[in-house]
Formats: sequence, structure tokens, C-alpha cells
Amino acid sequence: MSAIAFPEPDVLVLDRRAEIQRGLAELVPDECLITADRELVPYETDAFTAYRRVPLAVVLPETTEQVSAVLRYCNQQGVPVVPRGAGTSLAGGAIPQEDAVVIGVSKMSRILEVDYANRTAKVQAGVTNIAITDKVARDGFFYAPDPSSQLACTIAGNIAMNSGGAHCLKYGVTTNNLMGVKMVLLDGTIIDLGGSALDAPGYDLLGLVCGSEGQLGIVTEATVRILRSAEGARPVLFGFDKPETAGACVADIIAAGIVPVAMEFMDKQAVEICEAFAKAGYPLDVGALLIVEVEGSDEEMNATLSRIVEIARRHNVTSIKESQSAMEAAAIWKGRKSAFGATGRVADYICIDGTIPTGKLPEVLNRMDDIIERYGLRVANVFHAGDGNLHPLILYDINDADERRKAEEAGNEILKLCVDVGGCLTGEHGVGIEKRDLMTHQFNEQDLHQQMRVRAVFDPTWLMNPAKVFPLEGRIEPVLEAAE
Amino acid sequence: MSEEIRLSPTTEEGVCEAVMMAGANDGRLRVAGGGTRLDIGRPCNHTHTIDLSGLSGITLYEPAEMIISAWAGTPLKELEAALSAEGQMLTFEPNDLRELLGTEGEPTVGSVVASNNSGPRRVYGGAARDSVIGVRFVNGRGEVIKNGGRVMKNVTGLDLVKLQSGAWGTLGVLTEVTFKVLPKPELVRTLALSDLDDRSAVQAMCAAMGTPFEVTGASHLPAAGNGAEGSRTYFRIEGMAESVAYRSAKLSDALAAHGATGTLEEDESDALWRSVRDARPLAEPRDRRVWRASLPPTKGPDFVAGSGALSYYFDWSGGLVWFSTPMDADVDAIHRLAANHHGHALLVRAPHDVRAHAQIFPPQQAAVERLSAGIKASFDPSHILNPGLMVPDAPH
Repeated sequence: MSAIAFPEPDVLVLDRRAEIQRGLAELVPDECLITADRELVPYETDAFTAYRRVPLAVVLPETTEQVSAVLRYCNQQGVPVVPRGAGTSLAGGAIPQEDAVVIGVSKMSRILEVDYANRTAKVQAGVTNIAITDKVARDGFFYAPDPSSQLACTIAGNIAMNSGGAHCLKYGVTTNNLMGVKMVLLDGTIIDLGGSALDAPGYDLLGLVCGSEGQLGIVTEATVRILRSAEGARPVLFGFDKPETAGACVADIIAAGIVPVAMEFMDKQAVEICEAFAKAGYPLDVGALLIVEVEGSDEEMNATLSRIVEIARRHNVTSIKESQSAMEAAAIWKGRKSAFGATGRVADYICIDGTIPTGKLPEVLNRMDDIIERYGLRVANVFHAGDGNLHPLILYDINDADERRKAEEAGNEILKLCVDVGGCLTGEHGVGIEKRDLMTHQFNEQDLHQQMRVRAVFDPTWLMNPAKVFPLEGRIEPVLEAAE
Repeated sequence: MSEEIRLSPTTEEGVCEAVMMAGANDGRLRVAGGGTRLDIGRPCNHTHTIDLSGLSGITLYEPAEMIISAWAGTPLKELEAALSAEGQMLTFEPNDLRELLGTEGEPTVGSVVASNNSGPRRVYGGAARDSVIGVRFVNGRGEVIKNGGRVMKNVTGLDLVKLQSGAWGTLGVLTEVTFKVLPKPELVRTLALSDLDDRSAVQAMCAAMGTPFEVTGASHLPAAGNGAEGSRTYFRIEGMAESVAYRSAKLSDALAAHGATGTLEEDESDALWRSVRDARPLAEPRDRRVWRASLPPTKGPDFVAGSGALSYYFDWSGGLVWFSTPMDADVDAIHRLAANHHGHALLVRAPHDVRAHAQIFPPQQAAVERLSAGIKASFDPSHILNPGLMVPDAPH
């Protein structure tokens, strides 16, 4: 399999580069527009750094109205648009193309309103994920979805990718915590979907927009659910001799009717990398580590934990370590959440994001090892064990073209394996460009055509983030479809 | 084609054939599960009813993975019994409106999804649409489409599962649905406050939802609606036995400013939440229209005060108002009032001739209605499926 392809840039757009840049300059203040070659480079990729394309221009609007004006202009001029939050996509969801205008929401980062009685926060979409929790934490509240990149990633990006995190086993992912958005359609129309009522009326367009990867419009404001924090939370480390045992323990915890807030898995390689980086106190003599977090009062946590410990002992747990302080708890999570960053210090990596039925965990772990071994590569495994969302990190050297090809091929094989055992290509990172060409493995032509027909309602001419999600081959001609 | 022929497919292929047959013959299908909700929405100008009750049975249940799949015509009670046998449940507490609507038949899992039907636990655990993780359906072209799947975390492609949830069968005939489920709580306890007026009650409920004590139901029944002397405000706590005792005590303390809390007996508690779930307080008298309005919880009391409601009660901490109006109440005025309170209302019970002309579903922003019409066309270009049920259909 060759490298991921980009669509051929539209020569007619490239030829009008200067004219389009001038046109944009009339719509937004100078400080909101980037056109100098050197200043465009920081926007050439996101966290999927193996691929990069310098865009035609970057616009960083300050208001919804400016977003509207820019989108309307791009639509009229036939210029592709690539929406961008903080550029932390691991799937290449925000990677531009040479003929595209990047519209970034980073300047719209205010928290507009917090309403504790109704448990909602209204924010501009460029606000970072963590900023919402930071704002309400002193009053005992938090915003639940917590992707590893939460210090940097924006709510706009979270909505585009329907981001998850370590705690979604209990609290759900972005779509379950999003109540409303203000968004701009490609033709510049500004719409509101949902709001501060619990249910939204009509077709669930809010649910459709969430996870649509910037193909349907640009979200500029969001109303999200905030929740009261539990009285206490305690992550506990359980060490096992091998990954399969840890996997079986997870299944038994759930079978016993216990749903912890989080159950995170790390294999030996991941434990070593994260411990070296975060000094979290992880045991190094284990084949696999589970971080299980429980919540509530001390008594409640003790009661739940005693049940979990009992199950873990049946699976010959080799070490159990409870965090004794808020600082220790923070260190445990810092270790887990820095897994990607820490791994990036020792090697380049491809992060896989497939989900599998949790019952298939032992089988998939074994078959994954076989795949990695066959390609002569190394892997570090971290994943959300409770919901079957795997994040194997395939280590490789980005400067070694052959190894990079092998890593991509191994990754694709693992993703196909996830689909074959009943799972899916992506649990929380999105399809982006990374998994675009594997979509035909999970969906048949009819499935994809139905999705593309829905997409065409918002963007009939493939201008919104056009290189993403749907394989370049086999795209339907929406204009012909509409005329049917 | 002749009037009112019933098509009763027992397989997914049979559903495809029925839809294609209708498409080839200028037919229009009314989609029915158990038939308990056919009186909600605009009457469809249909040529056939497609009855899914023969497409029935649980297709996959993995308790350790907390997921269950079933054919759309599976009776809800069959699915719930299977879950119960493994100590699990649907998290969103779907309601049963047979008594309210005066209908018969068995509610099906397909209709639960199609109507995004969520009961009291929605305020804590999310709506039906949050629990549905996969669907298979037949679109208006007669094609089987799958979306989502059997795993809890899945962001692969556009989320058509959400679009099907609450689309009332207008975007496809659901054939199979998959839910994520949760363990049943070991213990349920209901606390009650007495004699609060609507505003104080909603204040108390919102305060309770803002505590760390995990209230899974918060409902207020004004004096007129509950058969008791004064009003009652109810709070439900669920979970492991030792935890329920602890949190109930803490919640009582937290609500002390609103009065002393009483505790309901177990069977009393079960009956109460079923009644709240199924809108039983409004079932009688029959000569009233019945509505449900979804609003930000704190807007509930003002909305009710302006609605001219004859009787009403609050669920979802005040965010869901079930209410009744006289038969001749101004429907559009109710919709306007709900919008003014940042919410929206659905006319759940009204006579056939009223439903044929009145605005049943809330009106929306023009651009959103245009998008919705486009989405309808993208699934069902010839308007075969439940035409006109949610919005008036273009001339056929």
C-alpha cells in the first residue's frame, strides 16, 4: 500500500492565490489573516505529522460573523476550506492542502456563561477542553470528556472528532455531553442546534454534526453539560504478569456489575516509557498494568475497591497500589495521559485507535503481537480497557522510509483486525486522512453512499475538509444525486 | 394500490422488498412496531402499513460487554426481561404511553429508538439516543444501511445512528438496533419533600442535581396532580447498598433548607417512577390535549405559569414538563411560549382531525428546516416512509 494520497490541488484556485488572499483581507482584520509563506508553515500539519501540506492562507476569525463572511467567500470562489482547532488531531483531521484556506477558531476562546442550576456552560468553540473544567472546578464542577490532549485541544476540535478520553466509561464522550452549538454553514448561514434544554427538537442534527470531522460546517459556540465532581476519586494500580490476565480481569469486573469511572490498560513497554517520563510510581516488574479509578466518599470507594480487589486476586494480581494523596493520584493520571508524548520522546510512532468487543481482547492482543513481530517492529500498548478502545503505539523511525511503510502497513492490518472481530476503525480520534482509505473495510458501498448523500446536504461540492473521511475513489457526484 | 394493506415482513430482506414495492407503485408506508405510538404526529397519508412486529428476537447479548442487539420489532418487555435475567437494564428508562394514548399492542425496541423515548433517568444517564450504539435500517431506496455497531466507542464516519434516533421512522425503517446497557442498581431509594411550590421545587431539584450524590430522578408533582394533600418533590438515589444509604443521608442534609425529607417504600417508589415515566397523572380526563415540553430546568415553572395548563408535572429536574390543555387551546401559542423559554414542545395527544392540521412537532429556524428537508430527501428521495409525520409533506 502506498502513502496516503491527497486530492490534486485545483490549478484554477492556485493561479488565483494572490487574488483570494486579497479577497480574504477585505473580510477580516489584518491580525486575523496569515498569507506569508514562512508564517503558513506552522499550519502545514497537525499531530499526524508524517503528512503535511502548506495551505493557501490561514484565517483566524474573532467572531461568528467573520467565520460566516469567510465561508461564504470561499464557497463563492470554489476554494476548499479546512477547519482547525488546536491542530492536535492524531488522524490528520486538520491537515490542509495547497489550494485550501484554513479557518482556525483559536481566537474565539472565551467562556461566555456558566449556569450551575441548569448545569451548562456556554463557550466559544476555540476554548481549550481543560479551560472549562478550570473555570468551574472551584465550585466543584467539571466538564467530563478528557482527551489526553486536553491541555491544548479545543472544544471545536472535540466536537469535530467526537472526542472521548479516559473517563467516558462512566461519563460518555463528547456527543453525550454536548447540548447545543452555533455553527456556520458553507454558504455563510448561521444556525443554532440544540441549546440548554435536555433534548433538541427535530432530527438530531447536533448528533450528526458531532464527529463529522469539519465536513458539515464550522462550530463557533457550544453549550456543554457540566457535572458536579464526585466527593473523591482514587486511581488504583493493578499489576499482572501478562496482558491476557489483565484483560480477563476487566471483563470480570464488568460482569460483576461494577462500572468504574475508568479502566486503563498499559503493557510493559508503555509502563516503562511512561514511568521514565512521569515518575508516577508505576511498578516496573509487571507484564501489564491496569489503572482502575473509583469515585465517591472514602467509604464508598473502599466498598467498591474491596470488590474489585477480590476479583483481581482471582486473576493472580501481582501488585496493587492505591494512591494515598491527591498528588499521587495526579501523578498516576499524568503518566497515563502523557503516554503519547512520552513515547514521542523515544521514537516516532503511529497511534492506532480501533475499538474491539472487550471479550475479544485476549485474542486481539495475541494476533496484534503476531502482526508487529512479522514486520519486525515494536509496539507500546495503552488503551481504554473498559470500552475496548485500543491505542497500540507502533514505534518506528520517521527518517527510515522502509520502516515507516512497514509501520503504516502493520497499523492498517491491526485496524482491519479490529473491524473483523466486530469492532471499528476509530473509537475517538476520527478517520481524518489516516484511516480514510480503510473505510471500505468497515462499510460497504451503500453505507458510504448514504453517508455521502447526507454530507452533500451541507456541502454538495466537496469544499469542506474534502480530503478526509471518505476514500477519494468511489465518491459520488452529489450534484447528479441531487438532480435525481 | 388498494387502501390500508398491511405488509408484515419477518426478515430484513422482506423489509427491503416492501419498500421497493412501495417505491415502484407510488406507495407510501406508515411504519409500525407494536402500534402503541401511531397516534403521535401528523397522520401519514399512507397507502400501506408496514408492520415490523414479525421481525423480532434478540440477535446478540454480551452481558460482560454491556451491549445488546435485537430486531426492531422485538417487544421492549422481552428485551428488558433478558437484561433483567443478567442483572442489567437499559439506562434511559423508556416509557410506555399506552394508558395515556389509549392504545394497545406491545411497545417495540424499534419504536423506542424511533421516538428517542427516554424516561426519568434521562436527567442523569442520558437519552435513548445516547444509549443506541448501532442501527441497521432500510432507506427509502430499499437499501439496507448499517451505521455504528456493537462497540461503545465508535466515531467511524458520519453518525447516522443519531439521525435515526428520534426520526420517527421518516429516515428509514429500522430493522436492528444495538444498545449499551448498565448493571441494575442493587438498591433504589426515593426521598420526598412536601408542599413546595413549583419554583422552590425546581430550585431544590436543581440543587440536588448539583450535588455529588448522583440523583437519578428528580420529579415534582403539584398538589392537583398527585392525589396527596399537598405537592411532592421526589429524588431517586440508586447503587450499591452501602452507598445508597450514605448518599441518601447526605442528600437529605443538603436539602434541609427545603424541609424534612421522607422516604418512600420500595413498591411505592417503583409505582411512582413508572407513573412519572408513563405520564399517568395526565391520562385522565380524556378530553384534554397532552403535551411534553423540554426546557432548561429553571425555565419550567415560568413556562407552565404562562401555558394555561389544566394539569401538569415536572420531570428531569424541571427540564421536562408534562401538561394538559383544553381541546381548543392555541397550539401555535404554546410553541411560541416554549421557544421564548429556550425550549420546545411536542403535542403528544390530540384527536386525529386536530393532528392533521396543527403543528405537532416544534417549528424550527428556517435554515434548519431546509437542512432537515434535505436530510429527509437524502434517505428517502420519493417520500415513501411516514410521509408528513413530522413536517407537512410536499405534494406527492
